[in-house]
Amino acid sequence: MTEDWRDSQEILVMDGRIKVPYAWSAGEVGTTYLESLRDAERFLGTRCPVCGIVYHLPRMHCPDCFEACPEWVELESTGTLVTWTIARRPHPALSPLAPPFGFGVIRLDGADTGFLHLLYGFGVGSLRSGMRVEAVFARERTGSILDVSHFRPSREVV
Amino acid sequence: MVGVGMTVQRSSRRDVTGVELINEAVRAALSDAAMTRKDIDAVVIGNMDHFEGINYVDTWSVDGSGALGKPVMKMTTGGTTGTTVAMGAYYHVASGMFDRVLAIGWEKNSESDTTGAIITAFDPFWDRPTFGGAVAGLALEATQYMAETGASEEDAAYVAVRDRKNALNNPYAHLRMELTIQAIMETPYLAWPVKLGDMCPRTDGACALVFASEDVADDFPNPPAWVRGLADRHLWAYTSDPYVNQKVKGGTWFPAMEMATRELYDRVGITDPLEQFDVAELYLPYSFAGLRYMESLGFCERGGGPELVRSGATDMGGKCPVNPSGGVLSSNAIGATGLLRVAEAALQMQGRAGDRQVQGASLALATGFGGCYWSDEIVLGSEMPDVGRG
Repeated sequence: MTEDWRDSQEILVMDGRIKVPYAWSAGEVGTTYLESLRDAERFLGTRCPVCGIVYHLPRMHCPDCFEACPEWVELESTGTLVTWTIARRPHPALSPLAPPFGFGVIRLDGADTGFLHLLYGFGVGSLRSGMRVEAVFARERTGSILDVSHFRPSREVV
Repeated sequence: MVGVGMTVQRSSRRDVTGVELINEAVRAALSDAAMTRKDIDAVVIGNMDHFEGINYVDTWSVDGSGALGKPVMKMTTGGTTGTTVAMGAYYHVASGMFDRVLAIGWEKNSESDTTGAIITAFDPFWDRPTFGGAVAGLALEATQYMAETGASEEDAAYVAVRDRKNALNNPYAHLRMELTIQAIMETPYLAWPVKLGDMCPRTDGACALVFASEDVADDFPNPPAWVRGLADRHLWAYTSDPYVNQKVKGGTWFPAMEMATRELYDRVGITDPLEQFDVAELYLPYSFAGLRYMESLGFCERGGGPELVRSGATDMGGKCPVNPSGGVLSSNAIGATGLLRVAEAALQMQGRAGDRQVQGASLALATGFGGCYWSDEIVLGSEMPDVGRG
């Protein structure tokens, strides 16, 4: 490498963009789950018949026991915030959302595993691991994980 | 390992194409081992999928890698790619099928959008719509770690200061800076509690290593660095719940790293890593990893990371210096990063690490970290292990 190549030569750079269309199938399990979110505003998980873990997001097979998990379990729309962060910088290629907003791992009531979703409607400095949160559903739902608009601190009375 | 080659690590290496960058590291490794291209029996190469938009890197790179007309295999496992390439080359040799195998890891991060490329590793239904990118993913871990242990942002900053200061001794490193904890604390938040100063850079660079069988290991000018043992564990948890296996596996802290560590330490006979390892080159992608991973690697109890690093035990001159090279916080050409950890550990075992040499080092730990909390771990020694010659 010539350390001062910038001084002697302007290197040509070609811009490129690979844009490939895909059509991903959600499969039967994913479709059942997303239809429930879209049509009934209800979260579903699956239970492993061997270890008893209730998975949310649902799995067709337990990744540990490797058995089919045919049993659906209805879950609450409330849960516990396991961990979180706040996005400070926009990244349009990744998300259309304007910062600041939160990312949180949420363990829904009735589930044993957490999942990642967005956090809005919280006061600055108010997020804590272990706090109670609740789902806010999108008004227009299309059969996507974003049919849940976001989670916010729970307004439930304990 | 009998030959080491690495390129200078820079934010942008526009002076060379990817193939030419690979070639730079390969020629350095061959020269180091006093070999020619014709002496190589097989090549293992890896980088990050989608980072340069080249899918069949094994084929595309043959003009530079030396693989022209030879067996070549691409291995890519995300952040652990570099350590996986090292393991793959080791398996090639250990199988008895090849005597001299070239391991190559490389990346030109400058040629794409790192986070935009990384998202293609995640599930289109369940992960991508709410995906926080590499920084936010690590921030989730840091938040959890601080909540459970009481560790502070200043504790993490200590690690960033340590690694970047070490890089002053490494002429190949990308960021070589003498900083203070205060200076790290004053950098802007990217995703709380992770600040710019806590994160690794994006780097262009390549690394190549020559693995040789014990039958020919004495044919090279430099003393070999020996692989004493290795282990790896991968898991997947829908991006979002690295703690799923905490439940499944009975309350462990970082399941993949702890499972790999147990297997590796049992195999090599490590009972007190802080005392037994002379040096460690660890894949610490951000400062908090330098606290938490020390616990999962058994250097201290859970929650003991801050006390361990602040004691100076992991500084140059300490009991077990961590990242004399400056580590990932100083250079992160991702596909090369894990292999650089192995290469740096090999140089330490050979006594050839220059200003960053830990004097008298004879046992080293090198690790790779990736994506959804998975782990590759390799122990290197200056002496041939008893097993090996059967």
